[in-house]
Amino acid sequence: MRLIPKEIETLWTLFTAPVVWVAHFLVCYIGAAIYCAKPELVGLSFSAVRAGIAAATVIALSLIALSAWLAWRQWGFGTDDPPHDDPTRRDRTLFQGFATLLLSGLSFIAVIFTAMPALFLTECIR
Amino acid sequence: MSAAIKERSREEYKAQEERLRDVWANPAGWRYWTSVNNFQIGLWYGSAAFAFMLFAGALALLMRLQLAVPDNDFLSADFFNQAFTLHGTVMMFLFAVPIFEAVAIFLLPPMLGAREMPFPRLGAFSFWSFLLGGVFVCGSIFFNAAPSAGWFMYPPLATDKQFSGIGADIWLLGLSFIEVASIAAAVELIVGIMKCRAPGMRINLMPLFAWYLLIVAGMILFAFPPLIAGDLLFEMERMFDWPFFDAARGGDPLLWQHLFWIFGHPEVYIIFLPAIALMAMIVPTFSQRPIVGYSWIVLAAVGTGFLSFGLWVHHMFATGLPQISLAFFSAASEAVAIPTGVQIFVFIATMLAGRVIFSTPMLFGTGGLAIFVIGGLTGVMVALAPFDWQAHDTYFVVAHLHYVLIGGMLFPVVAGLYYYYPLIDAKKLSDRLGRLAFWLMFCGFNIAFFPMHLSGLRGMPRRVFTYPAEIGLDWLNLISTAGAFIFAAGVLVVVFDVLRPKHREPRGEFNPWNAGTLEWISEPEENWGVRSIPIVRSRYPLWDQKDLARKVNGGRYYLPDAEEGWREGLVTSVLDAEPIQVLRVGGTSHVTIVSALSLGAAFIALTFHWWIATALAAITCFCAVIYWLWTGTGEIPEKPEKDVGLGLSLPLYASGPDSVGWWAMFITMVGDGTAFASLVFGYFFYWTIHIDFTAGIAGPDAAWSLAAAILFAAAWGLMVAARMFNRRGATAAMRGLLVLSLLTTVGASAAGLAAPWSPGMDPTRHVYPAIVWILVIWVLAHAALGTVMQAYCLARSLAGRLTPKHDMDLSNVVLYWHFLLITAVITFVTIGLFPAAM
Repeated sequence: MRLIPKEIETLWTLFTAPVVWVAHFLVCYIGAAIYCAKPELVGLSFSAVRAGIAAATVIALSLIALSAWLAWRQWGFGTDDPPHDDPTRRDRTLFQGFATLLLSGLSFIAVIFTAMPALFLTECIR
Repeated sequence: MSAAIKERSREEYKAQEERLRDVWANPAGWRYWTSVNNFQIGLWYGSAAFAFMLFAGALALLMRLQLAVPDNDFLSADFFNQAFTLHGTVMMFLFAVPIFEAVAIFLLPPMLGAREMPFPRLGAFSFWSFLLGGVFVCGSIFFNAAPSAGWFMYPPLATDKQFSGIGADIWLLGLSFIEVASIAAAVELIVGIMKCRAPGMRINLMPLFAWYLLIVAGMILFAFPPLIAGDLLFEMERMFDWPFFDAARGGDPLLWQHLFWIFGHPEVYIIFLPAIALMAMIVPTFSQRPIVGYSWIVLAAVGTGFLSFGLWVHHMFATGLPQISLAFFSAASEAVAIPTGVQIFVFIATMLAGRVIFSTPMLFGTGGLAIFVIGGLTGVMVALAPFDWQAHDTYFVVAHLHYVLIGGMLFPVVAGLYYYYPLIDAKKLSDRLGRLAFWLMFCGFNIAFFPMHLSGLRGMPRRVFTYPAEIGLDWLNLISTAGAFIFAAGVLVVVFDVLRPKHREPRGEFNPWNAGTLEWISEPEENWGVRSIPIVRSRYPLWDQKDLARKVNGGRYYLPDAEEGWREGLVTSVLDAEPIQVLRVGGTSHVTIVSALSLGAAFIALTFHWWIATALAAITCFCAVIYWLWTGTGEIPEKPEKDVGLGLSLPLYASGPDSVGWWAMFITMVGDGTAFASLVFGYFFYWTIHIDFTAGIAGPDAAWSLAAAILFAAAWGLMVAARMFNRRGATAAMRGLLVLSLLTTVGASAAGLAAPWSPGMDPTRHVYPAIVWILVIWVLAHAALGTVMQAYCLARSLAGRLTPKHDMDLSNVVLYWHFLLITAVITFVTIGLFPAAM
């Protein structure tokens, strides 16, 4: 079994990192919302929620880092500079790689933004 | 090969041109209105949206007159309520979203080097639905029956029949109808952009406008369905007293706020991105160089598309949610400023790198962006919860949202109008009038809306119909009113410029701005989009492929002829745009108008509870749609392949994931799945807000629920088997399996009905039975549609229109069944088992 996925021909990979952001956002929001609505359900303290958010954040950031590495590979490890506007399959692939890499960067920052409230908030105040 | 590219004689060329012109020609006389061609539909769509905008603008002027001086009695409080509700509703639903659909339908085919959108009749259907729904909603104010509870219709005010009257029903039903039209447009746009680009237009060469529109259409699929689900719950409460938003019976008004803003916030970006997409076309032209940072624009479009879904709760900061929830949304609201900023910097960089020509479109574009940046900055302010608590529901928010929408949408749209007008009429609009309009609009806008920041900070709440003197609001409001009229004068100058007769002016030159993208090849006099479908090798083909226009218009590329009398275009592959199929699209037809008008009539009759009229209209619509499908789709071609020119021969038929119809079904069902997910969200939402969300009421019968889930799974399995047998040529077996699956579906539906029926759940008693019933009804309605599809496939097979090789209908129906299976299993497992598990 290979650890690093092969390069594939599809448009969908462009959306990998933003989808990770969505998943992380939903886990954090829904998790905290259910905890604050029904704290007795799980019987844990708010620190557990914060720890959960921290864990989700580490997982999300690792996935995004992986997606960024794959994008960097698709971009030919940065050997060519943009604008990648030649009518060739190669330039099309490089463009996809570069755009995916940029999106990974944005998603990485956005995940950190989402996680930051857990650094400061210590209870379910309304 | 040699036969295809041999020199044609002059006569042969003329004959080809004549045939092509005939196929794409519009009917004459009153039948002109049955046209489905993207140029006409785009133009009608845009004109209707503009007319609605002027109407809503007039309402705004009435409101500004009322607010000009304190204690004014120019308008009554009730009329004022109707005016602001309709102003917001019309601007959002009847102008901002449809205008981009209009522009896209008009521009995308020529921009992508295609002849048409893939489903032209669907585009026409969408337009007629929009027009009828829009006239119905707008017309209500002349009968003193317009919605009056604000454009976001918050319950409990809007669910209270005494306070909100019939206006709320008009809002709910009129707009649901228009939302359906938007989803139809989204299907059309996604398939068009993904599958119908000119050969060679790889995704790294696609015009940025298409990138933006692709993202926006995707956003529509996930943003509009939650509102449709919300509308459904809302209308069930108003019509049948199901207590979804009634706190006394376990409901919660906040669920509506969630569903509305899951739609409402992405919608802001659904409006903003296409407008900025116009800028992405205009800025390179007037800088006379390719855009700097193409990939960065793609980053911005995709990034904004995703992040905009994490913002909805920032409209609900004042509702008492836990602070950690508010903080997540505050964080996402700040993060979205990053991709938004990227686009602005890309434009600035492009202008710096080129030599800017400050034409009228650039004036509107850059002026609009300056206004938008101010609105964006106040947006960053109100995204901070503590600041929002101060500014919430004040004129500060009114100022913010108008800065964003008018700067980010109206100004770029007017820029687009001045830029693209030569494509409509082969003449430019007046530069002098344009500049006059710009300065009136730009100054008028700032005079009108800047003071609103201050009146808001001084405590003036939004939506008040008057205010007392001497509390520091008099001058600010008077200045705002003056500004509003200056702004309106500017808009009128634009209207005059568009409408003034121009027949004495000579025809303008070809590609008057020296733009680089393909849409400038198309000739306004011709209806065929492009004379022949080119091979594209650049992001700016008109700049880089020197004799492209001559060769395209000389019919030297693909499909220069229409020898079999069909409207044809090419389907190409998603990534590299390699030609894979010839697509025959529907032509002129009445059926689109009949379906749209009868569907509209059903919604309108429903508003007034005219049940028989509703049923009659719905049956008419059903018959029209079946006729449309039967006669206009899945046609078996007279030959398997055809020569498209340049030595290439392509198939005329495709089924499964290779066909555009399969993708249309897939995309529609993703939207449908989102609406379903919103209802499931509602179920669990009620669970979180109550200690015991069943309120002691006996839940659906677990055995019946499981039986329903299992039977639906069996029906799905039979459908998959039917498709397999058909492909192997076992037609009789396929027909038998279809009948068996239909019967199983009926059985599954009966079991599903028995689940909440047998314990006698009463949906008006408490929200728990109501939400269970709505989920079950959702599945049953889809199952009923599924049986219609099964019967349709059977009939097609018996009529010889569905064969082992031509199984597009069956394969699309099986795709529908994949989604139906997921919907049914989730529903029955949830309602049957979840209450027991808790």
